[in-house]
This record gives sequence, C-alpha cells and structure tokens, in this order.
Amino acid sequence: MLPKELQADQFRAYPPEAKRLALAHVQAFQQLPLSFLAGLLGQLIEYDYKFPAERTTLDRELSILSSLSPAQTAEWFHGFSQVSLSSQLIRLDWVNQPALFLEQESAYLWTTHQMDAFSAAATGYGDHLNAVIGVEQLPVRRLGIAVIGQGVTSYDSSLFDNLRPHGTYFSRVRPDNGLELLLAAVEQRAKAHPVAYGHWYVDGGQVARQTSSLTTVSYSALAPVRDQLLKFMQGQIASPGMGPEQLRTNLARILPKDLGLDQGGEPVLDRFQVKLFTDGSGTQIFSTTFAQWAARESLRRAQPLTLLVRFAPRQRQKPMNELLSEVQSNSELDPLGSLIDADIGSYYHWINQQRLAGAEQSSFLAWFEGHSQALLVAPSLPRGVTSDSAMDIKGLLSLATD
Amino acid sequence: MRQPAFHNDLLARNALLTKDARMSSLGPQEIARHLGRTRRDFLRDAAGMVAGATLLGASPFVHAATAIRKRKMIVITFGGGARDQETFAPAGQANIPHMLGELAPQSSFFARVTNQGILGHYVATASLATGVYESLNNFSAVPPDHPTIFEYFRKDLRRPVSDAWVIAPSNGFNRIGESDCRSYGPGFGAQVILPKQLLSAAVAGSKLEYGHLLRDNYETPFYAPQIQGGEFELQQLEDILKLSVDDFMTHAKTLSSPDELSVFIAKRLMQRESPSLLWITMHDIDVAHSGAFSLYVDAIRRTDRLCAEMWQAVQDEPEYAANTTMLILPDFGRDADQDSGGNGFQHHRTGDAESRTTWMMALGQGVRHGVVYDNPVQSIDLVPSIGAMMGFSAAQAEGKPIRELL
Repeated sequence: MLPKELQADQFRAYPPEAKRLALAHVQAFQQLPLSFLAGLLGQLIEYDYKFPAERTTLDRELSILSSLSPAQTAEWFHGFSQVSLSSQLIRLDWVNQPALFLEQESAYLWTTHQMDAFSAAATGYGDHLNAVIGVEQLPVRRLGIAVIGQGVTSYDSSLFDNLRPHGTYFSRVRPDNGLELLLAAVEQRAKAHPVAYGHWYVDGGQVARQTSSLTTVSYSALAPVRDQLLKFMQGQIASPGMGPEQLRTNLARILPKDLGLDQGGEPVLDRFQVKLFTDGSGTQIFSTTFAQWAARESLRRAQPLTLLVRFAPRQRQKPMNELLSEVQSNSELDPLGSLIDADIGSYYHWINQQRLAGAEQSSFLAWFEGHSQALLVAPSLPRGVTSDSAMDIKGLLSLATD
Repeated sequence: MRQPAFHNDLLARNALLTKDARMSSLGPQEIARHLGRTRRDFLRDAAGMVAGATLLGASPFVHAATAIRKRKMIVITFGGGARDQETFAPAGQANIPHMLGELAPQSSFFARVTNQGILGHYVATASLATGVYESLNNFSAVPPDHPTIFEYFRKDLRRPVSDAWVIAPSNGFNRIGESDCRSYGPGFGAQVILPKQLLSAAVAGSKLEYGHLLRDNYETPFYAPQIQGGEFELQQLEDILKLSVDDFMTHAKTLSSPDELSVFIAKRLMQRESPSLLWITMHDIDVAHSGAFSLYVDAIRRTDRLCAEMWQAVQDEPEYAANTTMLILPDFGRDADQDSGGNGFQHHRTGDAESRTTWMMALGQGVRHGVVYDNPVQSIDLVPSIGAMMGFSAAQAEGKPIRELL
C-alpha cells in the first residue's frame, strides 16, 4: 500500500493518544513519500510512551507537516520521493509495524546503494524542519555532570583529553564529600525548576542514595530485568534458525511486563529502561556502556535540564557467550578499563548535550571521583586552559551555574 | 560549541544523519579528501614520509615472469574497523607504535581509501576479496556473488589448492574463499582456516581455559553463536599445520586473543605450506561494538603489534623474505563522534565519510619506501591491483589497478 491510499480506520490499533494524533493528520500523511512516512509513524505509534519533550517535538512536527502547501511538500520531500522501495516493502503493514518496515528498509537501502541519497534527503528535511520548528526558552541553563573513575585509587595518564579544548581543566580539586554535593545540587535544581522528566540521575552501579525529586536509572537496580533479558537472549540464540537480525527484531518487541518491569512504576520510564537494553549494544553486559547509552538516550529523548551520570566499574572482558550467560554472578571488575570507558563516555555526554537547545549557554562538569581532577565547560570559562587554583566541588558548581 | 542536532527518531534510529561539526560545510567527498590529507600530513610529521605526488620515475616492480612466479602476497585486514583518532592521527599514535615506527617508513601508504559499499564486516571483506561491492546478507554464511581473488589467482596462474589460504574469524567467513560464480567457483577457491573452530575442536569439553580465544561476533553483541569444530578441523590441524592437539593447546594457552590465534596459525601455515596468496582477516577491534572504549583501544594496540609480527615472520621465512608484498588495510572505518546518527566509535552504521574513508599500507617487494599517497583509491581496487602485480586478470572486478603499485 502507498501513503495516498491511507484511511483513518487503519490506525484503529494505535494507542489512544497516538490514534488521536494520527486521525488529525491523516491527510498530511497521504501526501508524504513512504520512505519518510514509515519512520514518522514509527514515532507516532510510540507517542503514548514518549517523554513530554518528545511529545512536544512530535506535535510541532505534525502541525508543520499539515500546514505545508503542495509545493512546499514537494520541495521538502523531493529527496525522499527519489528513493525507490521494493514492492515487498510496499506490501508490508507499515502502518501497524513501522519498526519492522524500518529494519527492512534500512537493509534495502544499504543493498541498493541508496543510503547516501536517503541520508541527504534526511539531512535536507531536518534542515527545513529546524528552520521553522522553533525552540522554547529554557527555564534554567542546562547542566551535565559526569562522575568517572569510581574505585580507581590512582591513575597516571591524562584524563579529559577530548574535553579540554572546550573547557577549563582543574588540577587541584578538593574532593571532600563531592558526590553528595553534586547530588544535592541536582536535587536543588529539580526543586527550583520542576519539570517532568527534567532532572535525571543515571548510575552505572548502585545509586549513592535514593532521591525522589530526580528521575533515577540505575544499572544495579535493573539487574533482575537484565537477568530476565539475558535468559531470553540465551533461549533465542539456541533456537533453530535464529540469526542476529531475527534476534534484534524479537528484542524490539519486548515490553516491560515481559521482563517483570510493570510493578506499578512509571510506564514511560519503564519502557525507556527496557529499550536501553533491547536497543542498546553492550548495555546488557557492561555497566559503562549502559551509563553512556542511558545518558545519550535520556538527552536525545527527554532533553533533561540536568543530567548527572555516575560511571561504575564494569565487569572484566570475557568471551561474549560467557558474558551473555552469566546471570547474577559476582564478576571480576575492571576499574581502570572502566575509567577509560567513562572518560570517553563523559565526552559523548557533553557532545549529546550540545545537540540540544540552549547549547551555547549550557555547562558541563566532569570529575574524577574522589580525586583532584575535573574539567568544566561553562560559558564564563576559558577553553583549553588549566587552572591550578584550589577548588572544591561547590566552587566548581558555582562556576558552572553562575 | 553547538553540535549537530538530534533529528527526529526516524533518522537517528536508522543512523542516517551525517554532519561533522568540524566539517559541516563539506560534502562527503571533501571530507574524505580532508581525511586523506590529514593522514598524509600526520605521517609526514610522525614517520618522516614523503608525499607520493612528488615522486617520478619508473615502477619499482619487476615484471619478469620468474619474479611473478615466486611472488608471495599477504593481505591483512586491520579489522574490524578503526578510526583515525585512534590510529593515524596525532591522538592515536600511541596506539600504533609498530605501524608508525617500524612499518610506515618502509611502506607506501595510501591515505585515502574509500569503501562505497555496505559497511558490514563479512560483506565488506567479501567486496575486498572480489573487487565488487557485494550486496549479500552480512549475517548469512553465503559465498560472494562474484569471483574472489583466490579464484582468479588459481585459475589464471594454474596454482594448486595449497597455494591460496584464508584465515578468518568464524562468524560467517567460512564461505569467503570461493564464490558462486559459474565460470570460477567450485574447485578454484582458497582453503579457509577458522582458528576458533580449530581450537574449539581441539579443546572439546574443556573450553573454559581457552574462552578468551573463542570470542566471537562482536558485530552484534546481541548474538553470540556457539563455535563448533569437529573432525574436519582436527584433520586440518594434524595434516596441514602438522600440530598435535596437545602442542596446539599448549601454545594457545600463551595467547591472549582470537587475532593472536590467527597470526599463530598464519605463521604455521607459512612454514608448512608457504602459500603464495595468504589472506588474514583480523577482528579483535570489533569489540568496539560492546561500547567499551578501553577494549577497543587495547585491540588496536594488539592488532598493531600483530601486523608487525607478521612482517617479521615474512623476514624470518626464507620462502617469503625477499619476494613478499604485504598489504594492510581496514575493511572500513567507524562512525565519527560528531555524527548524531551514530554513537561514536561504537559502530559503523551511519555511512558517513569517516566510516567509509580508510587507508592502506603496502610493504615489501616492489613497494616504494616512505611514500604517502593521498589520491583517491577504492577498496575494490585491491583485487585488480594484486592481479596486476601477480600476473592474473581480475576479469569481473569493478575496481581499477592502483597505478602507484604497478
């Protein structure tokens, strides 16, 4: 089926909010190329489980699409309309199974060497959209904090090399009570600027302490979920005829209840946490990968005003089969390797933060936990310099937020 | 500094949006050119190499028939995929001391090799081996559609089956040695050794001690199939490598990774069979898919060391010492940090310029020393180039011989 043949009743299986939106914009959908529309529907069908920031963005995008004139539609989607799709793809139920369509479309585009053309079309569309979608003024400057190196007693090599050109490196930080001070500051921001899913604390191990004012995601707290998932994966891998692509498809269908994560929690957050494991690569086995990916995905999706990520030591490398089969075992840890992982993880945290609105005014603090090294990127601070001034964590926070 | 924005999830999910903050005004071809020149400048400064464009004169290759007959060719894929900032850029030089300090000064270095095909390791390696951008399913154990270098080599030069070998990771590469092509195909391919399957067969029942050598398939950390080896592998061990199971296991205990195992097998093969065409596919670096940067960097350092070990093995073997050309190249790169569709070093899914633009190092017989070329070549040029050097015709390959190697 092609988009022009779309009918309103084809959205009857969509969740309530998604259906309401789909029905409001079905005429616009009919004008769009399938190579684009399936992806849009992939977003829409998840609408009921999206964070507020995502909903706002999608609402605006749909409104803009519905307001386009035929000439504008032709201009915006010229690139997508040049992408050819197979009849097999067109026959798929892309309305109700957009994720499956996207998987197969992606493989098809690679195979037919159309990926570059698709990429160019997507870039062009993004540019058109960004030019008109507008951004809201943030209630407070965005702040990212990465705490790295838990469990490392000493480290002689250089840290924060990727971040140094963008901020000031502090070599004489007084680490006393540092983690608690950071947590308290994040909680204070959450209270001062209450926004749903606006302030996050991601911990690659056990949370330092419970805090009700923050959206909290912890690798340790999700151990039962992870164990269930690893068992599922083991079972799948052992199934006859199973391959990596089919396994990925099956993982994408997993819901929180399948992993015991529907015990009166928050459905939106539950689904987010499950996706960290089912969409992420390596998040199931390495806590450092989990923390980095959780930071990326929370920034991309929830666009928090505050994000504190604390990395913890990951398990030491083993053969993948063993890593996947070890459920609730006490694995040997690799603190030094984890510090290196977290160092690049903090850099990616900053990059992803800078992709959001207000990037020029945002601040970012990376600290070697329990040690005297930190890196601060803030509008008021010079870049690419080292400060030998003695500074406590409170002082760094003050520089970050003033 | 503002980074390229996250775009709607359609695009992020499919890893399709590409804009490098540092080069946002440049197109993919310009970025590729920039990468090539950056590598060239880096090598000039770090390894004292000269730009190839300044060189004139006749080919260093000797095309006498006798020389061609004796020539040995070793191809090593520096896999699976490493980026400049962890290798041939100032920040990466600590990770490649052997290639930079020992190999580069005696090599011709091609700084701008692009891969326009599918960025999956099996399909990309198959493309390297056929000289055609293959479109087979990366995760299926199927043969390439087009004739491989091994078939051209053996059929055109009438070489025996013992003269062309592939050593490959076991995840699907077992079909890489021979295509489905009717005019070549069965009977003309290379013999394929899968070291992990060899080890698996040898250690049957006591795999725990050797688990670190049996790591497999990082390309999808989701999916780690059981590695199995049987009678065929044990026969390879005893008949071809002349290794008892006990000796093999004893030596394997001293190794630390699957690629180390591959190099051990390669050296043994060189001693026992002296193949004229030997293709080794490294894969340790692909641990990057697990998202652990430290493991990725460790793997680059190991691969760097192993490439130097292979070159030393060439010097140590009389059959190889004076008549071998060794080519080292990644199958492709990895995603740029600034590409909002990817997740930095972890994957090679965006198809951006940095994941498509790599390099090739040529060493040994007929190769100019200490020269770096930044003119564009494609990864599918490899097979026609080797064909021109060894005297066979890569008739169905779509690439072109690299002039600087002829």
